[in-house]
Amino acid sequence: MSDKKIKGPLLQVKDLKQHFPIEAGFILKKQVGAVRAVDGISFDVKEGETLGIVGESGCGKSTTVRSIAQLYTPTSGSVVFNGLDLIKAKGKELLDARKNIQLIFQDPYASLDPRMTVRTIISEPLEIYKKRGLLEIDMSKGDIENRVEELMERVGLNRAFKNRYPHEFSGGQRQRIGIARALALNPKIILADEPVSALDVSIQSQILNLLHDLQEELGLTYLFIAHDLAVIEYISTRVAVMYLGKIMELSRSSDLYKNPLHPYTKALLSAAPIPDPVIERKRQRIILTGDVPSPNVERVGCYFYDRCPYRMEKCKTNIPQMKRIDEHHEVACWLY
Amino acid sequence: METKKNKQPKPLLEVKDLKTYFKTDAGVVKAVDGISFTLSEGETLGIVGESGSGKSVTNLSIMRLIQSPPGKIVGGEILFEGKDILTLSEKDLREIRGNEISMIFQDPMTSLNPFLRISTQMVETILLHQKISKKEALQKSIDMLKLVGIPAAEERIRSYPHQFSGGMRQRVMIAMALSCEAKILIADEPTTALDVTIQAQILELIQELAKKLDTAVILITHDLGVVAGLCDTVCVMYAGKIVEKANTDELYARPSHPYTDGLIKSVPRLDKAKDGKLFSIEGQPPNVIDLPECCPFHPRCHKKMDICTYKYPPTITVGPGHEVSCWLYADDKEISTHE
Repeated sequence: MSDKKIKGPLLQVKDLKQHFPIEAGFILKKQVGAVRAVDGISFDVKEGETLGIVGESGCGKSTTVRSIAQLYTPTSGSVVFNGLDLIKAKGKELLDARKNIQLIFQDPYASLDPRMTVRTIISEPLEIYKKRGLLEIDMSKGDIENRVEELMERVGLNRAFKNRYPHEFSGGQRQRIGIARALALNPKIILADEPVSALDVSIQSQILNLLHDLQEELGLTYLFIAHDLAVIEYISTRVAVMYLGKIMELSRSSDLYKNPLHPYTKALLSAAPIPDPVIERKRQRIILTGDVPSPNVERVGCYFYDRCPYRMEKCKTNIPQMKRIDEHHEVACWLY
Repeated sequence: METKKNKQPKPLLEVKDLKTYFKTDAGVVKAVDGISFTLSEGETLGIVGESGSGKSVTNLSIMRLIQSPPGKIVGGEILFEGKDILTLSEKDLREIRGNEISMIFQDPMTSLNPFLRISTQMVETILLHQKISKKEALQKSIDMLKLVGIPAAEERIRSYPHQFSGGMRQRVMIAMALSCEAKILIADEPTTALDVTIQAQILELIQELAKKLDTAVILITHDLGVVAGLCDTVCVMYAGKIVEKANTDELYARPSHPYTDGLIKSVPRLDKAKDGKLFSIEGQPPNVIDLPECCPFHPRCHKKMDICTYKYPPTITVGPGHEVSCWLYADDKEISTHE
């Protein structure tokens, strides 16, 4: 959140593509097409910052995170973390790098194993890395126990609860367990995939504050995904707006709200409700017509062409490239 | 929004001291515990609350759709145009359900039957409530689809639900709900499952249609932004009770209950520069099983007093049409009688 601590890029994503094949046929399967979930995106995440990715469902934000964590094998492109290309890395090398990349998931109900106690959940990453001898310092059983208690305390859970099961906790508390698990290995970067969207408003602000505090204390870097613009604007240093597998605009979060450039960003911002009736009544909404088109077809023009209120002849047949407007602001649109 | 105040609105629906309890093995869950509100003709009423606050149960109770057992409406009255819905026979109730009061649900993906064409489902609804021919009903369905903005309605009506996107399915639901010219539309989190740009489309549609057809709307949501843009009056619910009730402008300008105040402050806002940390209400929502007779919010309240821990506060009027249930606004005399 504060600009002072930000250093060089920790994670560099270049022209990342993640296509999922669509197959037809029963025994002799052949590929008849592809879902272009992520279709060539590039960005850097600097150390200590929070990069927010915002977009509607199906725009490829979750796929981006999973491709970065190598949970999918990307179709093409490169993901360089700390000088190592994760796509080419194998075995121990990848495992070692992954120690520094941890995930927090959206659904606090589905992302915790109901048959494990809180202690087992939080210590599992430590146990796995211990077994393979990849921990920086070897930890004894007692060390791990202490670490679990320390982590629970850190995320605001009572350490007396460590023998309880996930169903005994509320949604917000479960999300805290998920955060503790992600912190267990002292990661450098946390990929948070919609960590607050399943939570109630009053709990949402607790978790956002917790993530903010953890970043300040532990010097974490976040790649933060959400569909809620206000949440993204609050937590992020910079924001990337995604649509149909492409980044449309990338800017400092304060600039994005004050001066959105891409027509899609403008529509998205104007559609987000503001909890103030006086402002709500005065606002001019840009209502986009239609729905998000299918990501199965290869596109030759701007990805936003079908729904864009400012479309031009040029947009139909030319894909706009990211263009730098000023030091902190890039946009992919022919208007600029 | 202002026009309605001039022409002396008639109350269409009056809910008085409604109580819906669920019997579970762990104890009695007082999902809705003595709430009262009035909906006037053409009004849009918002019910806001977090999960488990009883907002959906309130509306299922209005339609008498509470499954029994375990649930039961144990007290109160629901007057629709003077008739008490709770004492009607099942046959009379059918006349009201869908015809006079109709409902749209949160999840457009599961509230349509995937095996039947949209046309079959819409015609069925209309024929159940109106004495017209099948052909007329089909024509009416097409007109309704056009009204909610589905392109090429004549052809699309032959589609199955899976051929429609989430936003379009929600439009179909709205078309079905409004096809019988209902006087009240209950929308239970109609846009929660949808994206922001689609949400804006659907909310605008509901607002426009409500005005055009003069339908009163009850909008249930957890999103304070949606309420701000759409509702005339707002009820804030917490643990089965209405803790604050006011018209929208008043509520946002002068939130009086510490819960409402905290809720409004804890939402990050796009239009305000971020300054440090968000306000947050500490703690967890209460377990509603066997709640004691205290203010259910007191463990999380930063303004709590002694009395809050053993006595539920009375409803106090703090402004025109602005009611709040909190001891902060009671006069000392009242507090001392309980001490």
